[in-house]
Amino acid sequence: MNAHGWITTTLILVPLGGALLIWLIPMPRVWIAPTALLISLFEIAFWIEAVARFDFDKGGLQESSQLTWFTDLGVSYHVGMFEGYTLWLVGLTTVVTAASVAYGVWVGRDRPRAYYGLMLFLTGAIVGVFTAQDLLLFYVFWEAMLIPLYVLIGAWGGPRRLQATITFVVYTMVGSLVMLAAVIVYGLQQGTFSMITGGTSSSDWLFLGFAIAFIVKAPIFPFHGWLPDAYRESPAEVSAVLSGVVSKVAAFGFLRICFSLFPVGVHDFRTPLLVLAAIGLVYGSLLAFRAPDIRGVIAYSSMAQMGLITLGLFATNDLGVDGAVLQMVNHGLISAILFLLAGGIERRAATGQFDRLGGFARGRPALATMLMATGVIALAVPGSTAFAGEFAILAGVFQQGWGYAVVGAIAIVLAAMYVLRMISAVLHEKAGPAVSEAALDLRHAELAIVVPLLALLLFLSAWPAAISDRATSAGAAAGYAQAEEAAK
Amino acid sequence: MIASIPRPPVDWLAISPWLALLAAAGVCLLVAVLVPERTRKAVAASVTAGGFVAAFVFAALLYDRSGTGQGVVADAVRRDRLAALAAIIIAGAGLVAVTVSWSERHRGHVAEYYVLLCTAGGGMIFLASANNLMTMFLGLEWFSISLYILCAIDAEKERSLEAGLKYLIVGGFGSAVLLFGSALVYGATKELSFDGIAASISSNDLVHDSLLVTGLAMILVGLGFKVSAAPFHMWTPDVYEGAPTSVTAFMSAATKVAALVLMLRILNTAFAAEAHLWTVAVAVIAVASLAVGNLAALVQKNLKRLLAYSSISHAGFMLIAIAANNALGGRALLYYLMVYAAMSIGAFAVVAARERELGQDVTLDNLAGMGWERPLLGAAMWTFMLGFAGLPPTGGFLGKFYVFSAAYETGWLWLVLVGIAATAVSLYYYLAVIRALYMRPTAELQFAAGGQPPRDLLLQIGVVACVAVTIGSFFGVQPLVDLAQKAVASLPL
Repeated sequence: MNAHGWITTTLILVPLGGALLIWLIPMPRVWIAPTALLISLFEIAFWIEAVARFDFDKGGLQESSQLTWFTDLGVSYHVGMFEGYTLWLVGLTTVVTAASVAYGVWVGRDRPRAYYGLMLFLTGAIVGVFTAQDLLLFYVFWEAMLIPLYVLIGAWGGPRRLQATITFVVYTMVGSLVMLAAVIVYGLQQGTFSMITGGTSSSDWLFLGFAIAFIVKAPIFPFHGWLPDAYRESPAEVSAVLSGVVSKVAAFGFLRICFSLFPVGVHDFRTPLLVLAAIGLVYGSLLAFRAPDIRGVIAYSSMAQMGLITLGLFATNDLGVDGAVLQMVNHGLISAILFLLAGGIERRAATGQFDRLGGFARGRPALATMLMATGVIALAVPGSTAFAGEFAILAGVFQQGWGYAVVGAIAIVLAAMYVLRMISAVLHEKAGPAVSEAALDLRHAELAIVVPLLALLLFLSAWPAAISDRATSAGAAAGYAQAEEAAK
Repeated sequence: MIASIPRPPVDWLAISPWLALLAAAGVCLLVAVLVPERTRKAVAASVTAGGFVAAFVFAALLYDRSGTGQGVVADAVRRDRLAALAAIIIAGAGLVAVTVSWSERHRGHVAEYYVLLCTAGGGMIFLASANNLMTMFLGLEWFSISLYILCAIDAEKERSLEAGLKYLIVGGFGSAVLLFGSALVYGATKELSFDGIAASISSNDLVHDSLLVTGLAMILVGLGFKVSAAPFHMWTPDVYEGAPTSVTAFMSAATKVAALVLMLRILNTAFAAEAHLWTVAVAVIAVASLAVGNLAALVQKNLKRLLAYSSISHAGFMLIAIAANNALGGRALLYYLMVYAAMSIGAFAVVAARERELGQDVTLDNLAGMGWERPLLGAAMWTFMLGFAGLPPTGGFLGKFYVFSAAYETGWLWLVLVGIAATAVSLYYYLAVIRALYMRPTAELQFAAGGQPPRDLLLQIGVVACVAVTIGSFFGVQPLVDLAQKAVASLPL
């Protein structure tokens, strides 16, 4: 094993090992939650170490380590940080899952042993998806994400959780099984499953096999059927991970796998995908504007944002891709904050329905400030990091056709509409029937969870180039474009 | 006088695995009459466990020392690594079956139960090494008769008797078809041994001989009954449901190993020249099994029936590996069998534990909440279901991956897609079990009366061993595939 790459393996093994520790080692019940939180914080520390080690100028695959898994089919445990965007997405994962674990501690989830073990397992699986450099390993982590999500939603979710889990699992598994077929065909054709040494394939079918899985997971219109139920019925912090991180896995898949391995497919299906993404962007925004509850707004806005990110990716130029990566991080943080706040509001009012909410701002300044600040960033007010991301995406996709940029610009107006509607329905107007005077403002613990996430957003607003200049090495997107040209 | 009868030289090591089990069976028979009732069960169980351990050790030795395969005992059985590996899996399954059986409520006939377990295991190992049509039939009947009685051993329970009778009639029919087919093949080739048949087919140009092809088809049908592949599966749900659960556990795991290994062997040695026919036939049977098993399992409420249909669908997956007709397929089959045996026996062991606790049949409804109530068994069942569904991190995932890869290597992408579709359908009912274990609303939970978990340490050890194989085979796939590769090297693949 390459000794330089220990940090990537550590980032995968710390949460997985933590999960095993919590499951298998007998410890007093009160220790379990703090242990899980401590492990997630350690995970962030390891990620910071990884940032320190990463050479952004060099790009490419770094901090990699490889270990043969089984030789006859050429599969290996090969992990590493491929380009800066992997690093940022892993960072997003560590931060959002740590916040979610902390929220779980604050809420005091029952059956802590199972709960925190699954949360940590999920963290490890997501980091694994981002860092895997072998297609079969990628698939293993991809599926491994589903197991904890299934149980987390199914066992701790809301009243309609059983339907929600069934739809969620059926949608995502059908997508991923098609991907498995594509993985097998690609691997046996190339004689290796490595994403590094495996060559490009010109098969449109293989591209579609992978794309279906990513489209469902993102989700991109019209494969979003699982989204509203899953986001509504999950525990709030699981929704935060689902929308903040798991949806990014899909966009990551396009970038890491489809662009590097299937340039012909990207070329052939660019227009349909751009169109679907644009439809999803507008349609999701409209649904978010019509949604009757907080989580509905965040869920559909998440779908709209995934459409926007896909637009940026399939622009296939530096501007679009870098903007998409920045927007992935932005949206990950934004939707995590919003879902955690939504969880807090639901705990106080016992409902997320707008017609029973209202007037939360009076006497609850901290909650109002947090929701307002995040909302303003979410609607991409100029000067915010989301503005920077969306601007880069629109400028990038403009080169594929001005129509996409126009649709994107309209969607930004729609975003302002649905975010402001949500803010006014929760914070302003007169106090709704579900809002009692006794409902408390955000507690210190809740602030301690949300404020760091918001601080990150503000930091990025001041310096979006921290990510957008370090997402891909110089000319990476141009390389994809060249590969496409050559493949034509 | 005896000395004047010519005897073939006997390779004792080659036949030691099943001799060990026969010896254990003999001792258990004596235990049945000589040991007082109070200690009879303990003695018989330990002797049986000893028999399986001895068979396991001998099989491992045999694997180590059979680098080149050869026919022994007048070429009636084959000494090679394929047979040895099958024996290892069967002996391991038998050992776990002993732990599962320990707390089964036997109404009399305790020692006889263990006798039959030994003879069934011995017969299966014998079948896996059979090298001509006679020994094939002998092995098949040997373990089948043991299993018929085992299914009906709970003679006071009507369902158990029904299961035994059903299995006897349907199994007897299957054996008759197999025997008839063997006779036709003998008639066409004038040969009994697998190698002889192959030689005769090529030297007499019998590839298109209708007698031979009919015989081959009938042999396939007969073996189809034993591996419970559709459309020869009708007996499976009823027998699996009615038989004592510990018997079902052993039967579901070990029978498949023996019958599928024999199928791989006979098709690739005796009928290698007919590969253009049987690959298609096996693929069709595989698709039928996948369809029937998965669709029927969707509507099952009784867990044993659900697992029975699931075992039919897994027969389908494993037949894909045989239909692929390449070395990768052979490896895929053996790897899949190792994992499947562990998952299957483990899952039935959990069902057995729940059944004993509740005193009634286990259904999806009365499984509710078991995951929280019995964390160890619940987590184990969860693992087995994930493995059956082919999700990582279990060997079930890599088994499917290997099977699909083998099919793709043959150029049968359509078979891969059928398998993928079947996997997608199967998720629904495997996840339904997990849903029952963990996700029912509190109001629907049916906690067992009494509250204290029954103390059944042996069963738990067996279940933990199965979990270890299920998950360990995912991480340690290389050594297992190496074992399988060397075993498959015994065949001309």
